[in-house]
Amino acid sequence: MNSMDPSTKFTPDDFLVEAAPGVVRHDVNPVRQPKAKKTAAADASIGSWAAKPNIYPKLAHGTFRNAKWIVMLVTLGIYYVLPWIRFDRGGGLPDQFFLIDFANQRLLLGPLEIWAQEFYYVTGLLIISALGLFLVTSVAGRVWCGYACPQTVWTDLMIAVERYWQGDRNAHMRLDQSPWTFEKIWKKTATHVTWLLIGLLTGGALVFYFRDAPTLAQELLTGTAPTVAYVFVGIFTLSTYVLGGIAREQVCIYMCPWPRIQGAMLDHDSLWIAYRDVRGEPRAPHKKGQTWDGRGDCVDCKACVVVCPMGIDIRNGPQLECIQCGLCIDACNDIMDKVGRPRGLIAYTTERNQATATTGPRDGLRLIRPRTILYTVAIAIAGALMLWAMLSRSSIDVSVLPDRNPLFVKLSDGGIRNGYTVKLVNKHQVPRRFKIELTGIDGLTTTIVGHDDAGAPIEVGPSNVKALKVFAAVPRDKAKTLASDSTPLTLTVTEVDGNASSSRDTSFRSPGP
Amino acid sequence: MAGHKHIDEVTGVETTGHVWDNDLRELNKPLPRWWLYVFYACCVWAFGYWMVYPAWPTLSGYTQGYLGYSQRAQVMSDVKEAKAAQDTYRQAIANAAITDVKGKEDLFQFALAGGAAAFGDNCSGCHGRGAQGAVGYPNLNDDDWIWGGSLEQIEKSIAYGIRNGHEQAHATPMPRFGLDGILEPAVISDVANYVRSISGTEQVDTAAAERGKATFAEQCAACHGEDAKGNEEMGAPNLSDAIWLYGSSQEAVTQSIVTGRGGAMPAWSTRLDPVTVKMLALYVHSLGGGK
Repeated sequence: MNSMDPSTKFTPDDFLVEAAPGVVRHDVNPVRQPKAKKTAAADASIGSWAAKPNIYPKLAHGTFRNAKWIVMLVTLGIYYVLPWIRFDRGGGLPDQFFLIDFANQRLLLGPLEIWAQEFYYVTGLLIISALGLFLVTSVAGRVWCGYACPQTVWTDLMIAVERYWQGDRNAHMRLDQSPWTFEKIWKKTATHVTWLLIGLLTGGALVFYFRDAPTLAQELLTGTAPTVAYVFVGIFTLSTYVLGGIAREQVCIYMCPWPRIQGAMLDHDSLWIAYRDVRGEPRAPHKKGQTWDGRGDCVDCKACVVVCPMGIDIRNGPQLECIQCGLCIDACNDIMDKVGRPRGLIAYTTERNQATATTGPRDGLRLIRPRTILYTVAIAIAGALMLWAMLSRSSIDVSVLPDRNPLFVKLSDGGIRNGYTVKLVNKHQVPRRFKIELTGIDGLTTTIVGHDDAGAPIEVGPSNVKALKVFAAVPRDKAKTLASDSTPLTLTVTEVDGNASSSRDTSFRSPGP
Repeated sequence: MAGHKHIDEVTGVETTGHVWDNDLRELNKPLPRWWLYVFYACCVWAFGYWMVYPAWPTLSGYTQGYLGYSQRAQVMSDVKEAKAAQDTYRQAIANAAITDVKGKEDLFQFALAGGAAAFGDNCSGCHGRGAQGAVGYPNLNDDDWIWGGSLEQIEKSIAYGIRNGHEQAHATPMPRFGLDGILEPAVISDVANYVRSISGTEQVDTAAAERGKATFAEQCAACHGEDAKGNEEMGAPNLSDAIWLYGSSQEAVTQSIVTGRGGAMPAWSTRLDPVTVKMLALYVHSLGGGK
């Protein structure tokens, strides 16, 4: 670890106490901890505000830090690269693999095309995602918060940038306390400029999801992009900079409702990160050659405190602020290796384990529990419904709207005519031809406005909607035999060159018998 | 709780002093500084907003704000902008013959939309919102046209109207056979029976109809035709079809012969611009009965 690296400089304070041979005892209190129970607090009045405490998280090394790097790489990679992936659809359609096409009210995802009126597919995905989050939370606690949440990922990236320019914890603290020298000014400036650039890239990537990426990129650079694109790049540049660079843990603690809701998903068998006090206490610095008997494994080096991006001491037990990122596990395991004690003093464990804990290894994980079964079943049901809906999805959409005003028209020969607005949606990415047929009444004649021959195929462009005015007329003698003022009628649309077909029930209105 | 503050034992933090359910208390924690500053910023914003935009009601109106913003002015300017955007289409429609407009898909769709809007504003009062008509006001969806159902004929009817004093209006009247004493009431009744029998209307007094046949040939056929198929030039309705503007009952037909009816319609060219009239004609023609 860094503390062994002779080239690393520490503040004199860091060398005041050794927690164990070769292990620095950080003289630090977590910025967030319960106040000591002292009566003085009763007299001190509470101010109207509390300043944001500065947190200087030290870089950790280990399994969980690596996991976080990998998740960051994958999630940011997907976010920045996805809009640039091409997918040839032909037919003059956009060739972007994933495109939210507001102008044409559709969402393109590879060969899949979801229209605005089919938004329930997206709703289904959101429901499955939410249930998935519930399941993961009930099994492994705040893994979403700790690893995958955009706020966590971008904050992690911003902290890495800060470390690059201003150094790790100690160097950073020294820099903050030093007077405003040229070095401090340029290091701070470089940090903020890099943050803003990352924000700009984030906002830039966002708008690419809504318009052809290469075209928009060119437009953005040449100043010819739509105003709304610049506005959103601006909003996301600023929000990334403010939320990821400056606000950081404040977002999780004060703004995000999810930490509050999560409590409802946890039970005694949910994994969380905890300091195993039964093994660690009583904590005390450890001198070389001292026995480990009659004392805890915690050498009180506070390595877990200095790596925490939320500014808490995990040894105070479960806390709202803890996003369970696992960095304190990495830090503590490092120390345990150094002092020759087993790893896992801070570890993923469960409330049940903590309550019944011995100093030995933790009990196995109980995965099958009522709530995990409930969430899994709910996911399975939602997933099956989605799958069924997707598989039975028609490649055409037909809607029939009978004229309401007037309900019917009496013709000069005494026949009765009804009008219908028919909309044909072609969800394929090639033009297709359809035939429209109205059935259900003897002697019915169909005419389509703008088409001289109602039986001729009607072409609908690729991924397009065609609205048609269709008239259906019944001659006088047949109209008289209609049994009711509303006769069921079926409109069938069949593809001429394929086998897609769809029919809709509607009605034929007449004066009645 | 007066006098001394309550301190939470676990955290050592002062509570607000309220107790719920006997033991539930709330810690009195300070707000984050940024939160408070955002709150102050919102207050400043609100004051700025009051000064710049209309905000407070007064006894006789409201504070206008420095920008003088009004939603009505905004709408008027939007409407003006939209009108300007329509100009290319309107210009093209003005320059094209009405039958040519129908051949151009984008112009035609524009005209139908414009015609539908103008119909709702100007025509639906008499002809109904769905152009379904009413007694005395023709149904424009059907295929029966008193003054002709071609695009040009409809455009002319809309532009100059019917029996309204305009010099180009359709003006031919039907004689008031009863009121002016041209025919005796009994004869009128016979003619009415005959007219109703032509289109096969039920409950006709066949003997009376037979008696009225000669009178029809003598008095009515000049305009309505020997075969009663009407004459669009004179605005004489087709009496052999199933459509009756004033109803097909004996009373209604008798009244038509007695009074001559003489329905009127305004000359819309005096109120609407030629492009709107053209769009109205295209819209009406498209309703299903256009020739």
